Amino acid sequence: MGYSTYSRFSWLLAAPAVIAGLGAADDAVAKPLANGGKLLLTRGVSTVEGAGGGGLSTWALITGNETEDGVGATAFATYLPLPDYKLAVAGVAVGIRDRVEISFTHQEFDTGSTGPALGLKGHFTFEQDVVGVKVRVAGDAVYDQDRMLPQIVFGAQFKQNSQDAVVRAVGATSDDGIDYFVSATKILLSQSLLLSGTLRYTAANQMGLLGFGGDRRDSYSMQVEASAAYMLSDRFVVGGEYRTKPNNLNFAKEDDAYDAFAAYAVTPNLTGTVAWVDLGDIATREGQRGVYLSLQVGY
Amino acid sequence: MLVVCTFIAALHGAVAIAEEPVAPYEQSNANVGATPIEGTSLFEAMQGREGIQRIVDDLVARLVADPRIADIFVNHDMDRLRRTLGEQVCYIAAGPCTYTGRTMAAVHADLGVRTMDFNVLVEHLRDAMDKEGVPFAQQNRLLAKLAPMHRHIVE
Repeated sequence: MGYSTYSRFSWLLAAPAVIAGLGAADDAVAKPLANGGKLLLTRGVSTVEGAGGGGLSTWALITGNETEDGVGATAFATYLPLPDYKLAVAGVAVGIRDRVEISFTHQEFDTGSTGPALGLKGHFTFEQDVVGVKVRVAGDAVYDQDRMLPQIVFGAQFKQNSQDAVVRAVGATSDDGIDYFVSATKILLSQSLLLSGTLRYTAANQMGLLGFGGDRRDSYSMQVEASAAYMLSDRFVVGGEYRTKPNNLNFAKEDDAYDAFAAYAVTPNLTGTVAWVDLGDIATREGQRGVYLSLQVGY
Repeated sequence: MLVVCTFIAALHGAVAIAEEPVAPYEQSNANVGATPIEGTSLFEAMQGREGIQRIVDDLVARLVADPRIADIFVNHDMDRLRRTLGEQVCYIAAGPCTYTGRTMAAVHADLGVRTMDFNVLVEHLRDAMDKEGVPFAQQNRLLAKLAPMHRHIVE
């Protein structure tokens, strides 16, 4: 069974969730929209898949500077040079009433001079578009400091890879797929800590850059993302992330990914992130780790 | 008349007499809307009762000077606000204070406070605590006590 047919219909599943999210804010519709107003860094930064979160893991925070009274947006660019590849990502996202997040992201994974060794032409580039949706269903990470309940979102990421023939040649069964996830994020303000966890139901190989499903395993599996961050000031946060990934392909094993990051809110509208990222082995090349740079503007 | 009262109050250091009358209500520390924090380190970090009042006075000055939210304080009894807010913060910081003000819900009823207004106060409170030399981690301990009041303050 391919994922293509399934994914086409699954788009429809997101629509009721978005409408439900907007409907929950109906009582506020009478007030004029007022943009901005979120506390520094409480929109998170942008993940490589375009979601509000850390760098590798999606968080339950909604992107943009808006509160429940407004509509906000972010745009970001991320660059991660690795020993044998380069990953470049850019995207835009909107946050609606601090409840719904919709993101559009483009990823380019350049194989550089490694391409020919893999049987590809030089600078062969896998490209992928990711459309993400998430809806906050419970909790408030910032204000619920007297409750254990974290902020919780449900979401999906719709991924379309540009290289159907190549991803099938390496053993994948589809060039598109959908990740489903639930994220829970808690700010423990009295500890100056942020903790976040995500369960992701996915068939993606290397986040989809090497397609979906595989000749080793052709099914979805549940993967885990965990993050912890410490606030050094209201504009400076350091932390780490860990993300498990499937291992669906025979030609190359896929490793878990992890990072250590520092994010700095230069202004309420500009956040810079630097991280040391280890993606493990990618497409037979070992030890893909490097310095991750990301800039995000937010309104 | 109010101006004269304020002047006299300032001379005597007894601001209470400048306050406007409020409808009767039951006084209780439960009106604070938070329990006192564990230990004395926050109270000490805030330089005790006097430091807390300096922070509160500075905070209120920043609020009324901020065009984003100054409108909320028009026709508001600022003397009473400074006094009760000082008591409230002192009580939460485990200082030797009794809170004589009303509940957060009662105080903010019909003020139309939005989340963005609440957050402006948080920013100014951080700045006022920075000025008093309160370390960031201690600021967060106080803010963690104030954050849940959001659900009683914002409509």
